[in-house]
Amino acid sequence: MHPVLRLVAQRFALGLLLLWAASALIFAGTQILPGDVAQSILGQSATPQSLANLREELGLNDPAMTRYFNWLWGALQGDLGTALTNGKDIADSMGYRLKNTLFLASCAAIVSVPLAIFLGLLAVRYQGRWPDKMISGVTLASISVPEFLIGYILIYFVAVKLGWFTSVAMIDDRMTFLQSLNAIALPVIVLTLVVLAHMMRMTRAAILNVMQSAYIETAELKGLNSFKVIYRHAFPNAIAPIVNVVMLNLAYLVVGVVVVEVVFVYPGMGQYLVDHVAKRDVPVVQACGLVFAAVYIGLNMIADIVSILANPRLRHPK
Amino acid sequence: MRHIPISALIGLFFTSLYFLAAIFAPFIAPYGMAEVVGDVWEQSSSDFLLGTDSIGRDLLSRMIYGGRTTIFIATAATVVSFVTGASLGFFAAVIGGAVDQALSRFVDLMMSIPTLIFALVILSVMPVTVPMLIIVMGLLDSTRVYRLARAVAVDINVMDFVEAAKLRGEGRTWIIFREILPNALSPLVAELGLRFIFMVLFLSTLSFLGLGVQPPEADWGGIVKENKEGIVYGIPAAIVPAIAIATLAISVNLVADWVLNRTTSLKGGRGG
Repeated sequence: MHPVLRLVAQRFALGLLLLWAASALIFAGTQILPGDVAQSILGQSATPQSLANLREELGLNDPAMTRYFNWLWGALQGDLGTALTNGKDIADSMGYRLKNTLFLASCAAIVSVPLAIFLGLLAVRYQGRWPDKMISGVTLASISVPEFLIGYILIYFVAVKLGWFTSVAMIDDRMTFLQSLNAIALPVIVLTLVVLAHMMRMTRAAILNVMQSAYIETAELKGLNSFKVIYRHAFPNAIAPIVNVVMLNLAYLVVGVVVVEVVFVYPGMGQYLVDHVAKRDVPVVQACGLVFAAVYIGLNMIADIVSILANPRLRHPK
Repeated sequence: MRHIPISALIGLFFTSLYFLAAIFAPFIAPYGMAEVVGDVWEQSSSDFLLGTDSIGRDLLSRMIYGGRTTIFIATAATVVSFVTGASLGFFAAVIGGAVDQALSRFVDLMMSIPTLIFALVILSVMPVTVPMLIIVMGLLDSTRVYRLARAVAVDINVMDFVEAAKLRGEGRTWIIFREILPNALSPLVAELGLRFIFMVLFLSTLSFLGLGVQPPEADWGGIVKENKEGIVYGIPAAIVPAIAIATLAISVNLVADWVLNRTTSLKGGRGG
C-alpha cells in the first residue's frame, strides 16, 4: 500500500475512533452524571407517579450501557429518537435546520477564507509597517469581543440606524436564493469578523516561517518582486499550515454559529440546541451535541489529511 | 516595574477600575440591583446616568452588580481551572508512562468536542446554579491549562536540578511543589490572564443564551439578553454591558501581554 494512503487511512480511523469516544462522552455527560435526569426535567415539584412515567418513557430503568448502545445503534441508522417536548422525530426537524446552518457557515467561509489569506499576504509584504501593525491591533481587539457584541453593534448601526438590512435573519423555502443571501448578510458579516483576524494572523505566521528559508533569499536575490516571491515560492510551501488554519477556523465557525443564530433569530442548529437545553429536552440535546461534535471532528480530520497530501516529501517517498 | 508601557498602564487602570467597582458594588451603585425606579428604557439623565432597562431598573446599578457577579464567577472558575489543570499536568509529567498517556488522551478527547457545545450538553441535565457554573466552566477549561502545564513540566522534569533532587531521594510531592512549580510559574501566570478573559466571555455567552446566571441576579451577558429587544427600537441599553465585557477583556489582554513580554525577556524564552 502506498504510504500516503496508509497515513490517510490511519487518520480516518483515528477520526472515527475519536467520534465514537465523543459520543460516549456526550452520553455520559447527560445520563451517567450524578443526579436524576427525570427529576431535573420535571423540577422539584414533580409527583412520584409522573417521575416514574417519565423514567419509563426515557428508558431510564435499563442499565446505562444498554441505553447507550441502543442510542448509538439508532443514531448510526439515522434515527435520533423523538423530542420530549413535542414528540416529533428529531432527525426530521434537524435536517432542515442543519441545511440552514451549513448554508450560513459556508457563506461565511466563502467570504472569510480568501479575504483572510489575502490580508495575511498583505501583512507579510508590509511586515513591521503600518498595515501589519493595524492587523495585529485588530486581532487583539477581535479576540476580546464576544460574538454577540459584534452582532448587536451591527444591528444597531447598520440595520436600525441605516436600515440597509433587516435585523432578523428569517429564511424559508419560499425565498429565492438572492433573497436568502440578503437575509443572512448581517450574520455572515459577524461570523467573518469573528474568524477573520485569527485566520489572518496564523496565515501571516505560516508564511513568515517559510520566508526565512534559503530558497526565498535566492528568489529575492535574482530580482523577483516581493509579491511574486510570496506568491510563487512561499505560498505553495505554506499551503499545509494555511489549510490547517482554515480548517481550525471553520471548526470554530461551527461553534460561533450557535451564538450568532440566537442573535439573529436564524432557524438553524444552534437555535435548536439552545432552545432545547432551556427546555431540558435531553434526546434533542444529545443529538445536536453529536452532530456538532461530528462536524468539528470531521473538519479537524480533513485538516490532518490535507496537510499530509500537501507535503511533497510524503507524496513522493524515496 | 521601572518601565511600564503606556498600553499596559491603560490596561492596568481599567482592570483595577472594574475590580474595585466589583468589590465595592453596594457602596457605589446609586440604586438597588433589582429595584424598579423609573419607566421602561428611559434615556440617560442626571437621575439615571445610563438610563433604565427593560422593566425600569437603573442600568448603571445593574451594570455594577452585574460586573460583580461576572468577575466573581470568572475568577472562581479560573481558579478551579488552574488548580485542576496544573496539578494534573504536573502529576502526568512527573509520573509519565501509562498515567500520562491515559490523562493526555482523555484531555485530547475532551478537546475534540467544542467547549460551548459540551457545556450546553451538561447544563441541560444539571441545575443551573452559580457553584455548578463555576465547576462546569472550570473543569472544561482545565484541559487547556493541563496541556500547557504538562508541556512546561516535561521540559523542567529533565533538568539537572530535578535529577539531583530525585537522586537525593525527594518524594514526588517535593519534586512537584518545590522544584517544578516555582520554575513553571511565569508561563502559567501569563496564561492566567488569557484564561480569565476566556471565562468572562464564556460566562457572558452562557448567560446571553439564558443558561448562565439566572434572573433576577444580574450579570453582563444576562443584561444584554434582557435588553436585546430594545435594539430594534434604537435603544442602545444592550450595547452597554457588551462594551463593558469588551473593555474588560481588552484591558486584561494588554496586561497579560505585558507580563508575558516581561517574563520571556527575563527568562530568555517561554518555558526554558
